[in-house]
Amino acid sequence: MTADTPSHSPQTATGDAFDRPDDSLRNVAGAYRPIPFSRLALWAVVLLVAADFSAVVATNDNFGWPVVAEYFFSPIVLDGLFVTIWLAVVSMALGVVLGLPIAIARMSQDRLAQSLSWLFVWFFRGTPLLVQLILWYNLSFLFPSISLSIPFGPTLASWNTNDIITPVTAAIVGLALNEAAYMAEIIRGGLLSVDRGQMETAESFGMRPMRALWRIVIPQAMRSIVPPTGNQFISMIKATSLVSVIAMADLLYSVQSIYNRTFETIPMLFVAVLWYLLITSILSAVQARIERHYARGDRQIPQAAAKDRAATEQEAAG
Amino acid sequence: MTSGMAAVTSGRPILRARDVHKSFGDNEVLKGIDLDVFASEVVAILGPSGSGKSTLLRCFNQLERIDRGFVEVDGEQIGYRLSGGRLAPLGVRAVAAQRSKMGMVFQSFNLYPHMTVLQNVIEAPVGVHRIPRREAIATATDLIARVGLSDKLNAYPRQLSGGQQQRVAIARALAIRPKVLLFDEPTSALDPELVGEVLTTMRDLASQGLTMIVVTHEIGFAREAADRVVFMDGGHIVEQGRPDDVLVSPRHPRTRAFLSRFI
Ligand SMILES: Nc1ncnc2c1ncn2[C@@H]1O[C@H](COP(=O)(O)OP(=O)(O)O)[C@@H](O)[C@H]1O
Ligand SMILES: [Mg+2]
Repeated sequence: MTADTPSHSPQTATGDAFDRPDDSLRNVAGAYRPIPFSRLALWAVVLLVAADFSAVVATNDNFGWPVVAEYFFSPIVLDGLFVTIWLAVVSMALGVVLGLPIAIARMSQDRLAQSLSWLFVWFFRGTPLLVQLILWYNLSFLFPSISLSIPFGPTLASWNTNDIITPVTAAIVGLALNEAAYMAEIIRGGLLSVDRGQMETAESFGMRPMRALWRIVIPQAMRSIVPPTGNQFISMIKATSLVSVIAMADLLYSVQSIYNRTFETIPMLFVAVLWYLLITSILSAVQARIERHYARGDRQIPQAAAKDRAATEQEAAG
Repeated sequence: MTSGMAAVTSGRPILRARDVHKSFGDNEVLKGIDLDVFASEVVAILGPSGSGKSTLLRCFNQLERIDRGFVEVDGEQIGYRLSGGRLAPLGVRAVAAQRSKMGMVFQSFNLYPHMTVLQNVIEAPVGVHRIPRREAIATATDLIARVGLSDKLNAYPRQLSGGQQQRVAIARALAIRPKVLLFDEPTSALDPELVGEVLTTMRDLASQGLTMIVVTHEIGFAREAADRVVFMDGGHIVEQGRPDDVLVSPRHPRTRAFLSRFI
């Protein structure tokens, strides 16, 4: 604004405010919008290349698509798929369930809890998963029997290790403990991301610490826990392929058992790849939904909150 | 040091603090606080920044542990139990029960951002006091109306202005029917034009006979709404008495120096 600008009164109609000759032309609402030729060209090129590549892949006999189609739903593959999925789900669930108390222990004031949880994370995160699986599978070699006893005192119960450790239990224990170490760190990061004042507020209203964690802190921490947990789950789906070394027939193992017989290695690997991609796509979609749920209360996403809100609204009205 | 306890001092005190000391490491923040607060009394705590006002409120609510002395709320010592001549610390459960008798309003509101206004207000009544949900919602709806936010029942905190958030925080503190309401500089984080609406809400509460301890820099509020003004400096209560006495003709030089900044 320059000194010669006449002092103006509040304008009601916007048109009146454009009081110099060029002013109405300067209104950005009427600005020229160039057609983005270069973007359109880029799109065209990318689509063309993608179409061409798809055509090449689809018509290349070396990929063996008929074989892929033949075995995609074969019972052996589906059995392997089932093993992969339930092993991943069970191990992941156990990993989260164990990881939460470990995260809380690491954040507690108690030195003993702190040290033990630190030791757990240090060991299970610091050694290769493959080695852990083999160790669990061969536990009977280290400890022929497992007993429950008072330290340096009498034994209460005893089992033969080989009766307990089967490929299934070794796989679950190995995957779950390893996962728990990673989840503990992810959850701890999430809990740390929540303002300390939230815990204090909840406690100052008489909530006990565990309830305050559950109702106030964890729901807020979920925003930063969910995305890396999604990553972990997807890694877990693929990590289950390691259990083939301890003779569990997961998806990859089943596919291998077929191509060892038929020598159709590439098509059979594509069967596995397509299934892995399908599972991870579904997981990504689920993750996106969960993230939207925990984003409620954010200014930017009012519609995400609508469902959650409707519930209390009804209660308030009823 | 404590002078002018002549203000409303009837009946049994709701809150009784004796010789309260609190240090953080080598830094002694509270150096022997004696304070009585009676039912329906509104006590304003004034004092320069760093004088220990927030720490005192946090000690009352057991967010901090005191090193010496004791605090009684509603006739019950907080944090400890005296039985058979032995003073034993209380467990987590008992401490939580004692805290639930006090409502706290924070400088930075501290609403639960993942919950709506209504959910914020019913959280403690339903979850801690085990009041039936339906009843808690009815009470909460009334309280939210009292702070003038009926149209915001289902809004999330981040969708509200600072003044509105602080009024929700007040409704949340009222919802647990507290014996004492603690306010720690409730208007200090607000834009100047929003201070008035929160102070108005607090004046209403004061006139309705709630027991309130208010740490504030709003001298005007202290003068009009408080029954007693307590002036703190360097971890001591330097002077206390009726607002007209302490604010108009302060006796202690520290009080005078502090108040001169507001004139
Ligand atoms: N958690 C803490 N740890 C260490 N020092 C603290 C802590 N809380 C407060 N203090 C110190 O205690 C003193 C009094 O703080 P505070 O009670 O917040 O004063 P006021 O509310 O009167 O401004 C300050 O010197 C502050 O640095
Ligand atoms: Mg303070």
